Amino acid sequence: MDLSLILELSVNGVFVGLMYALVAAGLVLIYKTSGIANLAQGALAMMGAYVTWAISARLGAPVWLAIPLGLAVMFGAGVLTERLALRRMIGQPVIMVIMLTIGMEIMLRGVLPGVFGAAVKKLDVGIPNDPLFLGDILVNRATMIGGLISLALIALAIVFFNSRFGVLMRAVSDDQTASWSVGIRVERAIAVAWGLSAVMATTAGILWGATQGVDWSLSLLLIKALAIAILGGLDSIPGVLVAGVLVGLAESLATGFLDPLVGGGTRDVVASVIILMTLMLRPHGLFGREHIERV
Amino acid sequence: MFYRRAGILHTRYQDERQLWPFAFDRGLVAVAFAMLLAAPFVFERLYLVTYILPWIIWSTAALGLNLLMGGAGQIHLGYGAVIGIGAYASVHLLRAGVPLEIAMLAGGLMSAAVGSLFGATALRVKGLYLAMATLAMQYIVDFLISHFEFISGGTQATLQVPPVRFLGVPLASDGAAYYFALGVCVVVTLFMLNVKRTSFGRALAAVREKDYAAAVIGVDSFRFKLLAFWVSSFIGGVVGSVLAVSYYRAISPDQFHLDLSIQLVAMVIVGGLGSVLGSFFGAALILFAPIVLNHLVGAGAALLGLSISADLRAHLPLMLYGAMIMGFLLWEPLGLAKIYNNVRNYLLVWPFRHAR
Repeated sequence: MDLSLILELSVNGVFVGLMYALVAAGLVLIYKTSGIANLAQGALAMMGAYVTWAISARLGAPVWLAIPLGLAVMFGAGVLTERLALRRMIGQPVIMVIMLTIGMEIMLRGVLPGVFGAAVKKLDVGIPNDPLFLGDILVNRATMIGGLISLALIALAIVFFNSRFGVLMRAVSDDQTASWSVGIRVERAIAVAWGLSAVMATTAGILWGATQGVDWSLSLLLIKALAIAILGGLDSIPGVLVAGVLVGLAESLATGFLDPLVGGGTRDVVASVIILMTLMLRPHGLFGREHIERV
Repeated sequence: MFYRRAGILHTRYQDERQLWPFAFDRGLVAVAFAMLLAAPFVFERLYLVTYILPWIIWSTAALGLNLLMGGAGQIHLGYGAVIGIGAYASVHLLRAGVPLEIAMLAGGLMSAAVGSLFGATALRVKGLYLAMATLAMQYIVDFLISHFEFISGGTQATLQVPPVRFLGVPLASDGAAYYFALGVCVVVTLFMLNVKRTSFGRALAAVREKDYAAAVIGVDSFRFKLLAFWVSSFIGGVVGSVLAVSYYRAISPDQFHLDLSIQLVAMVIVGGLGSVLGSFFGAALILFAPIVLNHLVGAGAALLGLSISADLRAHLPLMLYGAMIMGFLLWEPLGLAKIYNNVRNYLLVWPFRHAR
């Protein structure tokens, strides 16, 4: 066992995990306010990356303008999704709601590459790609910057939940009827949650798009985000941070040490194993509230 | 007019408990069955092998999934993996020289064993969490199948199915393979039609509606959830071996990925949760709508002189398929079966609407 190899894998894994965690934070945000797991979160990340790419490459906007525009468009898209699709599903069984988000995922995965072309797009946001040496370990500069931006955004989300509007949202997540009766506009809180979650997904999409290019495979972020959200507890934003680091570490170490043994591909299965283990041993995750069901 | 239902009420319990109480329905079923039997003689080989045979097989799979999703209300996003397990188990047995009749059942049992493991998570979690658990299991089974060489023969390998006979008839010709698939489909369909009338089916319905309430009236909800997973996975495994023997004839890990699971769930939802007829409709729509749309778009583009990019054409099925799932859930959550039922209920006493 080479210590510097472990260290290198860990450092890079942590940053990658933080980048995954940004997608998971969007999932948690929606789950917290409306009790729905949005399985289209990965597709939203892909859509955000495509939209930003289209604004900068097709319309010729500079990157510093394209990113805020992309975020704004995606905020609108998130709000619209909630208004047009999800709100009509209130009161339907959970299987229907899940299938609706899966349907949306499939559709987005068809529409965006279909309209903009399936070839990998290069999204240059000015993050240099050359590696960084810290002592004798090599750090991928793009994932490091991406990870730090994600960390900042998730910290911002935690701060946001302590602002006035964040408190409203927490009230909504606690009990929708009760918040309604004290005058909180529940629909608006849920709509904003969807918009913000789409913005988070877009940021993640842009960061990942900048490191690996923009194509449909960005929607595969979903399974990692699910693993993080479940491990952290579906309704805990700090949980996302911890779980993100854990999943990133596990994935990176598994890739480093197990891949040579089994012949590759462990990267994709780590997330699934984590989901399964969490659900078997501690279904509410590390920091989630234990859900008590009343008969 | 068609059903001659107006004013006629059943006078014996047996009459009302028939599978198809109306003569017209019985006639329809007979005609449909006769058409399926005649299909190999009527259609060209191409149509039989590329459209009708897959439709029959996927309908059977959708029926198996429908027992779990519509019958017991348990969500399952890993049914493709279950089918894959059955396919691999039976093909390995066939290659070892076991006759198909036994290999098929063994494939079903293997799937049922692993599928019950999927179901074991249902004992702890439900709803959303069960969806995640089955999704994770789909990925894990994919990984295990493709990475263990004694199962798949390597990541890129395909396993050839040896020539087989079923009850003494070789399944080499397309017609024989079709009748084999049709036979399994008929057995599963009859099972599904009848299961709702048994205590098992009623217990599943009770668990579906509310598991505590079922427990209160003395239905062991854990046991019946597990049984639902067992039976549905058994059907999935048998379908897997039918698929391998009569349709694919050589199997590889990428045939049983998540896409297949999602497609099957889509068939069940589009067709109608809990409806036997709906599974056939759903399978047909999910299989054929993208093909038809692709032809229509191609023809339309040629007619209008528009050029449509290859990327757009290639992604049309995906778009349509997602849009169909969303559309049905938003506007007709009970699917095509419900639409059929609405039409049928209207025609039942037509033109004497007041008799309803």
